[in-house]
Amino acid sequence: MAGRENTTAVATAAPCASGRWQGNSLSDMRRRMVDRVATGLCWLATVLVLLMLFSILFVLVRNGLGGLRWVTFVHVTLPPGQGGGLANAIVGSLIQTGLAVLIGAPVGLLVGIYLAEFTATDGRFINLVRFVSDLLLSAPSILVGLFIYMIVVVPTGHFSGMAGALALSMLVVPVVVRTTEDMLRLVPLSMREAAIALGAPRWRVILFVCLRAARDGVATGILLALARVSGETAPLLFTSLGNMNWSVSPAAPMASLPVTIYQYAGAAYEDWTALAWTGALLITAGILMINITVRLGLGRNRK
Amino acid sequence: MDRSATSPSALTGVVRGNGDAVFATIVRCAAALILLGLGGMVAVMAWGARGAFATFGPAFIVDKAWNPVTQHFGAAAPVFGTLVTALLAVALAVPLAFGIAVWLTEIASARIAGVIGTLIQLLAAVPSIIFGMWGFAVLVPFMAHYVEPFAGHTLGRVPGIGPLFRGAPYGTGFLTGGMILAVMITPFISAVMRDVFLSMPAVLKESAYGLGMTRWEVVRRIILPWSRTSVVGGIMLGLGRALGETMAITFVIGNANHIGWSLFSPGNTIASLIALEFPESAMGSLKFSSLMAAGFLLMLISLGTLVCSRLLLRTRAAGR
Repeated sequence: MAGRENTTAVATAAPCASGRWQGNSLSDMRRRMVDRVATGLCWLATVLVLLMLFSILFVLVRNGLGGLRWVTFVHVTLPPGQGGGLANAIVGSLIQTGLAVLIGAPVGLLVGIYLAEFTATDGRFINLVRFVSDLLLSAPSILVGLFIYMIVVVPTGHFSGMAGALALSMLVVPVVVRTTEDMLRLVPLSMREAAIALGAPRWRVILFVCLRAARDGVATGILLALARVSGETAPLLFTSLGNMNWSVSPAAPMASLPVTIYQYAGAAYEDWTALAWTGALLITAGILMINITVRLGLGRNRK
Repeated sequence: MDRSATSPSALTGVVRGNGDAVFATIVRCAAALILLGLGGMVAVMAWGARGAFATFGPAFIVDKAWNPVTQHFGAAAPVFGTLVTALLAVALAVPLAFGIAVWLTEIASARIAGVIGTLIQLLAAVPSIIFGMWGFAVLVPFMAHYVEPFAGHTLGRVPGIGPLFRGAPYGTGFLTGGMILAVMITPFISAVMRDVFLSMPAVLKESAYGLGMTRWEVVRRIILPWSRTSVVGGIMLGLGRALGETMAITFVIGNANHIGWSLFSPGNTIASLIALEFPESAMGSLKFSSLMAAGFLLMLISLGTLVCSRLLLRTRAAGR
């Protein structure tokens, strides 16, 4: 790494872990030197990645802040030079991510319940389902778009907001599965036993005792899933396609912020690229806000 | 769902049995849906790709041509680009992620580590298209004006590795793509590493410190051997993410069907090829089928990587 020289200067807060009692032989000095350098490189890595984050945020704000005007929120996308906004894209994104969560979250919840609560009866199958769900969590999202294109867009004969929502919902499910299972496993056994002792059937114990106790964590998972899919572009390219006009019908092609950003960012018109940056700023701010809220909330619960 | 049974359930033993059976069926169906989702993806890809594989045979994978005019398609260039950018990304991201994980667990105080750890995880939440725009606006000019000319004049003259760093400084290309991907996957890898490091029994570290080891020696000889399997699993997880990434790479890869030694030359990945060419290909055409075939290959590559990663991570979880 190029930073090898200047790292020793950074490594100030590195009190040597080894005791002084060893004396000052040459090998000890060498060991301490290596330790200093390694510590410095760790600092460097952390600082470097934080710099990337701040650089991204800085560029977004610098290029996008100028477009945060009223017009952007109330006008639909227009041909270059006519002062269009992002209204249809914003509303389209809200509709599609909303639908995606409405479709994906219940499925994810049910699967999460299955993974956490049915281990006693179908352990083998559960391991398989958990494995596949984890695979879906990191599967290339553009292939999800292709898949929905083949099974929804081709049979129906046209692109639609619903197809986009379905593609996104396939990304929602594994996130919700993961958090639901983890949160249900945290519910103490004594609560289940108490409910069962009172004569409640298993499904009521699960839905009204366990799920209720794990409510906050489960809601967190759904919010994180919402945050994740609201920035997804690739699955929407071949499903909801985008729409230059105002349209709120899930049966028609629908605009979305990420796809509009993608189309505008590469354009040769200055007002379009400016709008792309504004859209990027909006979407990033929204996603980071959800993430920060969720993490702060989680932190409070843990204490 | 069977929510009608609101009466005190202790009185209705029959309903109770039914309710449980119905509920179990519902959740099992939902679980089957997950399997159907992944199985369906693989099957649909394979089905869409049948035309290309029937026409070109297995040679499709190693064929360098991608020519819509002569209707001759091969996936070698995008497969090459996918692997090169993803491996570059991992090579760049692993030291960064490792450094961060060590910093968070061993160097920083718990309070500060909490804040910085959250900030780093925020980077993982930034959508990939934003990375693409940032790469195009910041990283590409930086590479074109400073890094690539400089590297070309210095590293480019070193025998052996020289060809890697020669070429016109476009700014876009394999190296830039790999760098963007590296920034994207670093938070994922470091999160896995941090969790493993934290899950290590403290007494192991304490006894090593007690014997007079330096911090680096503890990391190198105690923590790393103990957590090796999971660390490799985390790296594979990052690799899996990098392989399938679309939007970030589309902005900076340069989109040229090209195989070569130079890391500065524009290239292509399977995902960006699909993103760019799929809208222009007619359903049922050979190009359409070839794109599906490329998608199928991507599916196999990334699923293979992810399966390895999960198996490695699971071994550790089970052994704990």
